[in-house]
Amino acid sequence: MGAGMMKSLILHLAVLVLLFLLQFVISDYAILTLTRMMVLGIFASGFNILFGYTGLLSLGHAMFFGAGVYAAGLPIYHFGWSVPLAFVFAIFMSFVAAVIIGVIALRTVRDSFMILTLMLAQAGYLAILYFNRETGGSEGLTMPQASRSFDFLGLTIDLTDAATRYNIAVLLLAITIVVSFILIQGRYGRLFNAIRENEARTEMLGYNVLTAKLFSFTVSGTIAGMAGAAYAILFGYIGATFAGIQYSIEALLFTLLGGAGTLLGPLLGSILMTTLIDRLSEVTSAYFLFLGLILIALTLWFPKGLLGTIKEKWLPWLT
Amino acid sequence: MADVTFLKTKDLKCHFGGIKAVDGVDFTLEKGEIRAIIGPNGAGKSTFVSLLSGRTEATAGEVEFLGENVTRLPAYKRVRRGIAYTFQITNIYKDFPVIENVAIAVQSRLSNSGEKTGAGRIRAEAEKVLARVGLSQFAERKAGELAYGHQRLLEVGMGLALQPELLILDEPTQGLSDSEVSDFCDLVKEIAQNATILLIEHNMDVVMTLAGRITVLNQGRILAEGSPEDIRANRAVQDAYLGRGDE
Repeated sequence: MGAGMMKSLILHLAVLVLLFLLQFVISDYAILTLTRMMVLGIFASGFNILFGYTGLLSLGHAMFFGAGVYAAGLPIYHFGWSVPLAFVFAIFMSFVAAVIIGVIALRTVRDSFMILTLMLAQAGYLAILYFNRETGGSEGLTMPQASRSFDFLGLTIDLTDAATRYNIAVLLLAITIVVSFILIQGRYGRLFNAIRENEARTEMLGYNVLTAKLFSFTVSGTIAGMAGAAYAILFGYIGATFAGIQYSIEALLFTLLGGAGTLLGPLLGSILMTTLIDRLSEVTSAYFLFLGLILIALTLWFPKGLLGTIKEKWLPWLT
Repeated sequence: MADVTFLKTKDLKCHFGGIKAVDGVDFTLEKGEIRAIIGPNGAGKSTFVSLLSGRTEATAGEVEFLGENVTRLPAYKRVRRGIAYTFQITNIYKDFPVIENVAIAVQSRLSNSGEKTGAGRIRAEAEKVLARVGLSQFAERKAGELAYGHQRLLEVGMGLALQPELLILDEPTQGLSDSEVSDFCDLVKEIAQNATILLIEHNMDVVMTLAGRITVLNQGRILAEGSPEDIRANRAVQDAYLGRGDE
């Protein structure tokens, strides 16, 4: 392991430890907010594998977040599945969805890829509304009381307890960061970057670019789906909004603000942007207008985002 | 397997609408050759080698490499079988360090041959390649910041890192200074000890220095083929390409 990689690993572990320790000093309300931010941060981290590292901009990643939400929530609501089973099932279903959607969407490139992912996500969103008897439509469904606590490995996990939810979120975030770290530091990281930088050249160096993109897409969609499943389970509510376009755009916004192509960027972006959205929505109902302006400003003047800029200027070893 | 031809094309065609860029080429290349392809602009040279490397799909005809019909194989699979292509217009990873450019190629070769792809091994092999093309001192520089001649060398280095059977060089000396050209010729001679080389080249001095045989393309067809002396003496070639003196 090189010195840079070691430094990067230590930094990421330190951030995770810090997040764990924060629960002992912050208010209950802050614990609740930060839990939400971390889950959205996982979602954006999944998005970032595809966008930041591989250079593919999907405008429909909410379909995977939504797939996770519903594949976890519906079996719990309708069939009384246990929470751990529903969670694993949701991850598996997100994986399947990502493979299928990837095979279709990756036949296109650039603008067409953006539009196609956007359209497929809209189709998913509309399907949720269409089957509103089962899905609860835009009103959504509240998970039954029985699913708010479960036994796991001899422990009783109470999901109504804020600290429990917080620690589950930290754990899932840690898994996401560690898995991404290993992936990005390894040969796939090099390959993803090569594709982002120069796809034609990469193919002429003997790489099967399409397979590599599908792999990135699948990892990305599965992580996004896991975030969705966690959201449904932790907060006990599923609704069509989670599969809507604003969630796709938010993943992009978080990633751009925090720094595309950095592992902690999406989390940082999600923390800052969620705070901003919460503040804005207190003063105006037109906060989407401001998000749009922020998106434009970031793209024009700050394309590397916070951590991306720090990486470029000061910390080249940052993963 | 002694009678397997290294590379062979049969009636190879590539038509873009009404334009017959390559129009029925029967071509053979023996292992270990340095072969030059020359011809006037628009003769179909680049298209022809694109058909060999798989960047462009053939309209008709066949490409056979080491006894295998590769006509319908995608480019990356041909690379894995040993056909490396270096681009006419320098096509490198401009934002990456020089060594990373080569490392990407090294990783491709190692993982395709089922060897270990540890970071240390990839780096060591990439360093060897950089030493061969004389770019060691620029290893950590951003590739896009290199001088043009050095970028051309890096392009060749990326091809070399694949340890190809066949290295296709598309106008490699274009834009190089005289001293760079002569260094480049030495490098190609050295590479040729382990690989077969197919070279598209406009600079006739380079062609005459390097090539064992020359193929002349004109209007998508082979006009002539032979040793440098034969080609120089060939009347049809002089008419089409070299320009005949009014003696």
